Amino acid sequence: MYGSIAIVGASLAGLNAAASLRRGGFDGDLIVVDADPATPYDKPPLSKQVLAGSWDVDRITLPGAKPDADLGIEWRLGERVAELEIADRRLRLAGGEKIAYDGLVIAAGAHARMLPGAGEFAGVHVLRTLADCVAVRDALEGGVTDVVVIGAGFIGAEVAATCRERGCTVTILEAAEVPFERSLGRVIGPVVADLHHDHGVDVRLGVVVDGIEADRSVPQKPATGVRLSDGSVVPAQLVVVGIGVAPSVEWLAGSSPPLTLDNGVVTDATLLAAPGVVAAGDIARWPSARYGELLRIEHWENAIQMGEHAGRTLLAHAQDRPADAETYDPVPWFWSDMFDRKMQLAGRSGPDHEVEVVIGSLEERRFVALYGRDGRVDGVLGWNRPRHVMQLRGLAEEQVPWADGVARARELA
Amino acid sequence: MKIVVDFDLCESNAVCMGIAPEVFEVRDDDFLYILNENPGEELREKMEESVRRCPKQAIAIEG
Repeated sequence: MYGSIAIVGASLAGLNAAASLRRGGFDGDLIVVDADPATPYDKPPLSKQVLAGSWDVDRITLPGAKPDADLGIEWRLGERVAELEIADRRLRLAGGEKIAYDGLVIAAGAHARMLPGAGEFAGVHVLRTLADCVAVRDALEGGVTDVVVIGAGFIGAEVAATCRERGCTVTILEAAEVPFERSLGRVIGPVVADLHHDHGVDVRLGVVVDGIEADRSVPQKPATGVRLSDGSVVPAQLVVVGIGVAPSVEWLAGSSPPLTLDNGVVTDATLLAAPGVVAAGDIARWPSARYGELLRIEHWENAIQMGEHAGRTLLAHAQDRPADAETYDPVPWFWSDMFDRKMQLAGRSGPDHEVEVVIGSLEERRFVALYGRDGRVDGVLGWNRPRHVMQLRGLAEEQVPWADGVARARELA
Repeated sequence: MKIVVDFDLCESNAVCMGIAPEVFEVRDDDFLYILNENPGEELREKMEESVRRCPKQAIAIEG
């Protein structure tokens, strides 16, 4: 049995791994390290309720970090891990201190990408951490009226909706001609942009951002607008960059023997990355038998399930029964809230999938659409149809033949 | 064991319904209904999973 387990990352995956280890009977030391000094928090409300100002920050504390959680965690918040000394089973913190462990959970997550060169200007933010959210919210409460969101991804679209609901003038700048084409395809993608347009958001597609315009007469260089490749400038006092995230693997690059780093930490099917080391959440990439490829998923629910699973796998190794480690192979599920719409997707969707609206209609923006691939149902997407998504997610789980899936879904209409 | 849902928080994501349809039901009006407020002990594991996976932390178990 291991005497101590270190968890790098105090967000959803890390804390669910901690809870899973305790539920499984691990009673040794649990040390949780995270560079973020804040009390561990839930991230979805950062682009919604907290940004809107309707929730206080203390409402988003993660269950595992609440006073009554009773997980017996030694917290090392605000401490950055500089290096993993994997052969010696030690973490070296940026301050020089070393933490020895018997087992390690890598759940360091991902960080938001910043537009190159834009970080030096005041008023230009990403939205990933609580500190990011508070900075954007403070700007909104300080009377900012012109907001530009760069990138029509889910975070950008949610931030745009929240800022619009706060009364701001909001422009979304997106390089692609079709919004959300990569994630939702050409049929459904435009519905997201239409929703924003109808709420007064200026959605500009096929535009290339050239850089930030700023007032250079003051030291903070506050942003005044976003310059496009055609030379025009979209005025902005607040710019939110939503161009995706990258897994936070820098501290792992020098470990020897090396971990497999390829768009995240690559694990085996049980989430084991090396002897005594598991990975979970946004940073982890594992071979999915269901989909026959390596997957790295940035969804909220995956962080919970994967953290729990990684905890179970590590415990099997800690208790010297490695054959009990099970494979991880869930069907992805996520939701996004924008204005009065709730989008949910079980399974997968993409630009090359067949799409059929089986319940409701795109016009009323209350519908279920099936996504098909290779003659089988691969995804179930709902807009304000939570009941039907849940009832139909089995179609994507079982990847039932396309015609059968469409027929079964239509029966529910 | 008593199941309590904070309906001010609940956003009808229906995750709980996916885990325990015998206890939780989201209907066509998009609202969540609790079919059994006092589920038996055999459902405790499912109830605890529903608590953990609720995106709004809206579900609590009393007792």
